[in-house]
Parts: sequence; C-alpha cells; structure tokens
Amino acid sequence: MTGGLLDRRFFLKKGITFSVAVLASEPLHASTENYRQPWMEKPGEPFSNYGQPSAHEKETIRWTMGNSMAKGNGVSWTPLHDLEGTITPNGLHFERHHNGVPQIDPQKHQLLIHGVVKKPLIFDMDVLLRYPMVSRQCFIECGGNSNTGWRDEPIQTAAGYFHGMVSCSEWTGIPLKILLNKTILEESAKWVIAEGGDASMMNVSIPLEKMMDDCFLAIYQNGERIRPENGYPLRLIVPGWEGVVNVKWLRRLHLCNTPTMARNETSKYTELLPSGKARQFTFVMEAKSLITNPSYGYQLDKKGIYQISGLAWSGRGEIVKVEVSADGGKTWVEAELQQPVLSKCFTRFRIPWNWNGESTILKSRATDETGYVQPERKELIAERGKHGYFHYNGIVSWEITSKGVVSHVYA
Amino acid sequence: MFMRKCALFVLLISFNVFSQEKDPNLGQPATLEIIERWNIDVFPSGKGLPEGQGTVHAGKKIYKAYCLSCHGLDGTGDSADELAGAAHSLTDKPPDKIIGTYWPYATTIFDFIRRSMPLNAPGILNNNELYAVTAYLLYLNDIIDKNRIINANTLPKVQMPNRYGFIDIYQKKIMND
Ligand code: HEC
Repeated sequence: MTGGLLDRRFFLKKGITFSVAVLASEPLHASTENYRQPWMEKPGEPFSNYGQPSAHEKETIRWTMGNSMAKGNGVSWTPLHDLEGTITPNGLHFERHHNGVPQIDPQKHQLLIHGVVKKPLIFDMDVLLRYPMVSRQCFIECGGNSNTGWRDEPIQTAAGYFHGMVSCSEWTGIPLKILLNKTILEESAKWVIAEGGDASMMNVSIPLEKMMDDCFLAIYQNGERIRPENGYPLRLIVPGWEGVVNVKWLRRLHLCNTPTMARNETSKYTELLPSGKARQFTFVMEAKSLITNPSYGYQLDKKGIYQISGLAWSGRGEIVKVEVSADGGKTWVEAELQQPVLSKCFTRFRIPWNWNGESTILKSRATDETGYVQPERKELIAERGKHGYFHYNGIVSWEITSKGVVSHVYA
Repeated sequence: MFMRKCALFVLLISFNVFSQEKDPNLGQPATLEIIERWNIDVFPSGKGLPEGQGTVHAGKKIYKAYCLSCHGLDGTGDSADELAGAAHSLTDKPPDKIIGTYWPYATTIFDFIRRSMPLNAPGILNNNELYAVTAYLLYLNDIIDKNRIINANTLPKVQMPNRYGFIDIYQKKIMND
C-alpha cells in the first residue's frame, strides 16, 4: 500500500533486524578472531592541538569547483550524502567565493556603519567582542543551490554535490539592531547595502526591515571563530535568506533609501521567467527537502528494512511535516522529525522502510509553518520555466533498481 | 496571585535596566574622511559616481590589456562571463542574460568593474580607465555609439534595453519607478 514505508515509530519495537544502505565504495569489515584488534595491542596516538577526522573518513570532503583562470572564483559543496544530524562541520560548510578567501588580520578589520544615520560609527573587532551576543542555529543556502535541477537530464552525482550549497551551523554574534540603533537611523532609511572585505568587495542591498528583525553579526561558528572561508572575522547572518546576502568578511553597512542595484542583485541572483521578465529580490529560500540516505551512490545489498534519512529546511520558519513516498509519489507517509525542530534551520527526518527488492522511486516533500508545500519539479517548471537558474526547490526523486543501485531521476 | 504579578513586574523592570547596561557603547564616531574613502557605492541615479571620463576608443585598449584574457575577444566570453554579442534574446531557449539583454542599469557596470575587476588585479584601474572600459562594453552591446563620452553625468542617462524587465518580488511590484 505504501511501498514498504513503515510507521515512523517502528524501530522502537523490539526484535527487528534491519539492513544498512552503504555508499557503494565502502567495504564491509569482516570481524577478526583475535579478541584484540591491532590498535588494541599498543598505546594510541598522543593528544592533538586541533582534532582531525579519522583517516578512514578521507572521502567525506567538499567537492570544489574553481574557475580555470581564477582558482578562488567558484563554489564548493557540502557532502550532505555523507553527513547525519543537522549541524555541518565547519570544515565542510559550503563555499561560494567571488574572488578567493581573504586572509584578514582581525586587528586591522573594522566595521563602518554610515549613510542616512545621525551618528555614523566605526567598530574594531575587539570592541565588537564586548557586545552582547546571541546564538542561533540556522541554515545558509546559496540562491544557486540545486540549479542542475533545471536541466533536461537528471544529473548523476552524489546528493551533496548538487544540493550541497546549503549548510547549517550554530552562529553566535551581535543582533544587528543593537548597532543600528546606536547610529540613530533617519526615517528615510529603507535599505542597507552590505559590503564584504574580500578582493571582489562583494555587495548587496537588504531591506532594513529584515535587518532590524532577526539579522546578526556572527563572530563564532559552531563555537569557534568563523573559518576564513566562511567570513572570518565577521559575517552578516540573514536567517532564511539566500546565501549571497549573508555577506562574509563584512566591513561596511550603508543605510540608504533605495537599493544600489549591484551586479549580484541584477545580473545574478534574479530569475528569468518564460515571459522574459525576471524575478528580483527573491530573498527567501522556500521549503525544500532531500533524502540523503539512500541517495545517489548508495547501494542496497538485500531486501529488508532500511532507515531512510534526510534533511528539510525552510527560509520562512519551521518545518511542520515531511512526507516520504516509496512508490514514486502515489502514496505518502509522514516521517519522524528529529527534535527540536528549529525555525530556518535544518530539520532531520527519518522513516523506516521495508524494501521488497523491486525497483521503485523514493521522494520526500516538506511543508513549512506557513503551509507552503515543496512543489514537484514539473509544477516548479510550469511556474518558472527552465532558465531562472536560481531558487530551485523541486521534489527530489531517487530510483532504486532491483539490484539496489540508486540513481537520480525526474519522476 | 497578586504577588506573582508583582514579581513579574519587578523582573521586567530590572531586565530593562540590565539590557541598557549591557551595551558597552564602544563604536567610534566615523569621520567624513573615512566614510568618503570607504564608500564606493554607486546608485542608478548616478549618486556615488566619481569625477573623470572615458571614451569607447580608450576603453578598447583597456579591455585588451586587462580583460580580454578572461572575457574573450570583443567580450564574447571565455573562462569568464560573456560581456557582449548576445546571440539570443531573453525569451529564447536558452536565453543570453548579459549586459545588453539583461542588465537594467548602466551604473552597475561601472560599480562592478570598480569593485571587482580585473579579477586578477582589482583596484588597478583609475576612474578615467573605468569610465572608458564601461563605455567600450556599452558600445560592444550596441547601447551607445562610438563617439559617446561616458562620465558621471552621461552614464546614469544611458537607457538599458532591459530597464523595465524586473519584477520586485520583495515589494511585489513591476519596477517602473
Ligand atoms: C582573471 C580573469 C578575469 C579578468 C582578467 C577579468 N575578469 Fe571580469 N570576470 C571574471 C570572472 C571569473 C567573473 C565572474 C565573477 C563572479 O563569479 O562573481 C567576471 C565577471 C565580470 C563581469 C560581470 C558579468 C556578468 O554578466 O555578471 C563584468 C562586467 C566583468 N567581469 C568585466 C571585466 C572587465 C571590464 C575586465 C577588465 C578590466 C575584467 N572583467 C577582467 C574574470 C575576469
């Protein structure tokens, strides 16, 4: 009836054996006869100043793609297919750089706030560190994430390497409202132009309303100072809005009554519709979900019970429901949402599934607190055409063959 | 009941006092000199454009020296974006979304080149050179003729073909000023 999807509390019952979908390249280790493994026969490694992943996890990496003439222009993807839970490790957070990662000396980094304000102010980093801070877990997703979904043929690559321009961290920093209020805003202030201190001096215009609502200046990422590639020493966090407005290496906020119409809010990060008109200032990342296990590259070895696991997120607030289909979208069953479910944050969903060994299609569909439901790919294309490039959030379909091979399909 | 309300009231008051005190108030007043040096934002109205000017002829030389290696001959694209010579309109499949077909404001060209280009040596061009290469790109896109001089006065007046092509989703309106 439901393609083998089981009640989400199924695993709580006793005496169930289940199978694990593994990445095809990963060998299964045979158990040894000796009661001591080799690493139990000698003292282990000494302490380390900064811990690194196990040597056996070398495949869990960002996939990088730089411009041939300019290595620091391009992107890197988070390997979502290799990760669990909701927090992205700092070294695996996705990157989009327009002209490389600046090596900023925090002693020389300052933030200038000016424009239609009565008291323009400039802040040193050590001064900012004395302001009250808040922590918030939220995702950052590039507006161009999943853009291969617009292509005519489904791309065959690991889930993270086409949906992984999204990551989720706990960011800690100063609510922007505190600093903006210090400058005493003029009534004409409607927009804030945020500028980064990298070689491209990347800038974008952001409505003041949002800046005063929930934006903050992050100094820490998952408890440690932000990594250079994620904006060290200061990053603007704009919860739920496309990555490009979460300006890294933030050095200037310019209060204005109009947007500047920067290249990255006109030429890029706008979505051309079939009519020839383009959507502009489409800041919010709409609800999206994706099964990460099993996904492309996984191998199901035999029929039986598997645990489906995936991620859902919405720039409009909390995820309230994720439904999974194991029969190509004919029937849907609600998955378990890992608690706590946080607003504008990754939500992990899981559901057990009894695979009968026949070929089928897995899908997931997210609904957020506004009632918005993640659209099927064909619905999205009917509305937007195929040449908008940005803001692709169509339902993702994975085909499982009778041999247990997983591939990406449009269905 | 009364006691509880009272306690809550006291709590709120003290929280307010506390939040005032939490702010160390350490921002330094920014001088006009710093603001003028840092602020390079340019607006469609022309606000923020510096002094100086440039011609298509001068721009062609700048382009060859500083841009051609990545953007190709006459801006037709190479390792980096196509800057001119669109073969397709916005309703073709696939469309060409470039300066001549897509960009709504000419001021954006100057602003972007000043902040970000040439990618391997940003900041190397002076204002006259920036105006010149902007003029050349406008010329390559058939937007201005060969003899037009581009400066702070003429650039904002350049009518871009796709000036009215955008729908402001945030404010839900068609951009038509
Ligand atoms: C080393 C290679 C390189 C050189 C040299 C270079 N560019 Fe670029 N240019 C790029 C890349 C890469 C991008 C895309 C930037 C991004 O991803 O943000 C770009 C983007 C642009 C864009 C925006 C295109 C669009 O459609 O959004 C313009 C305009 C531009 N360059 C103009 C110039 C000019 C003018 C020069 C010479 C003064 C120049 N570039 C020199 C690599 C280069």
